[in-house]
Amino acid sequence: MAANPMYQFNVYRIGPEIKINNIDISFTNASLFMVISSLAILIIFNLGTKRSIIPNKIQLLSELSYSFISKMISDTAGSKAKPYFSFIFSLFMFVLFCNMFGMIPYSFTVTSHIIVTFVLAAFIFIGVTIIGFIKHGLGYLKLFVPSGVPMVLLPLIVVIEIISYLSRPISLSVRLFANMMAGHTMMKVFGGFVVSLGIVGGWLPLGFSVALTGLEILVAFLQAYVFAILTCIYLNDALNLHH
Amino acid sequence: MLKKIIFQFLALSLIFTYSAQSAESGGMPQLNPEFWISQIFWLVLTFGLLFIILSKFILPKISNNLETRKSQILENIETADKQREETEKKVKEFDKIINDTKVEAKNFFNSERQKVLDDINNKRLSLEKDIEKEIIKAEEEIDQLKKTSQEKVTKIAIETSSDLVKQLIGEDINKSSLSAIVEDLSKKEMEKHNGI
Repeated sequence: MAANPMYQFNVYRIGPEIKINNIDISFTNASLFMVISSLAILIIFNLGTKRSIIPNKIQLLSELSYSFISKMISDTAGSKAKPYFSFIFSLFMFVLFCNMFGMIPYSFTVTSHIIVTFVLAAFIFIGVTIIGFIKHGLGYLKLFVPSGVPMVLLPLIVVIEIISYLSRPISLSVRLFANMMAGHTMMKVFGGFVVSLGIVGGWLPLGFSVALTGLEILVAFLQAYVFAILTCIYLNDALNLHH
Repeated sequence: MLKKIIFQFLALSLIFTYSAQSAESGGMPQLNPEFWISQIFWLVLTFGLLFIILSKFILPKISNNLETRKSQILENIETADKQREETEKKVKEFDKIINDTKVEAKNFFNSERQKVLDDINNKRLSLEKDIEKEIIKAEEEIDQLKKTSQEKVTKIAIETSSDLVKQLIGEDINKSSLSAIVEDLSKKEMEKHNGI
């Protein structure tokens, strides 16, 4: 019995060791689930591109998610964010599918690894910063100087703003990673209780486990949504400088 | 029984939290940098490919589909509106035609009836005139006949009475006195007959 609840997060090599310039880029179970998620997204959405006026179920699904994300972007970041639609769509779908595939027992949750979420968040952070400087030049630095602040408080506020801006990738990545890890660990712990308490006392943790599964599916969707919408909000800051 | 179960549960949970804590001393696998590079590499590869394929091939098709559907629906609504308007127009025309025909038919019917009535009236009038003429003629004839018949009757009466007298007596009598007596009698008879 794998009693260790953290055992499920282990990454291990699948197939041979691949090394380029002494850097290990072997195919692992994490890579496997990234590939599975991407392929699932591509297959589902490719099936949804049939040109029929009355859509079938898969087409309806893909069109609904298209309009859902399109609406989310236009609500939070305005019409200027339209060129970034496909990136946010891919991001949302990738995170959502990785989270959802993680809900299958004995599978691996890609987004429960801080390095994965951090790379995504850092990419978003750097991209948003570059977009901000391209759109507004050095004027983008006004983001750190909120209007209507008394001169005495200004140095303090600017420092706080800069820290909060720089901590964005960390908060974004840790939020997703911690949510996924905590949920899966909890499920594992309760699953272990079910096994150890057996037929006599195992029903209570089993009920918890069932309830947690529902909650985790909700969290899986919610965290993907939060990830995408925060990206939209950061993008909004870069595109429409309000301060 | 219940106490036993609760006790068992508590004891086992204690044991398990202990074992979990001891297992955690191995640390989180997430913080083991052994496969970090590999994860970053595969993430960039898969996510990059996903992004490229979605943005180049799949998403344009979906948005195209949505737009064509939208435009088609708008077009359909437009044509439906147009056709409805046309139908309304045609219905109005149809109603008008029906009304016109009704009025025409009524008029035609009325005029024809008037014609027929006039015709009947005229014919009746002419017939009545003819009848009156005939009646007048007949009355005149009757009058004439009456006059002539009286004279003839008196003549006949005079002749027969003179004949009767001749046969009875055997000789002729004065014709003028005989006729005076006959006329006087016949006048009396006529007055009696006419009820005067």
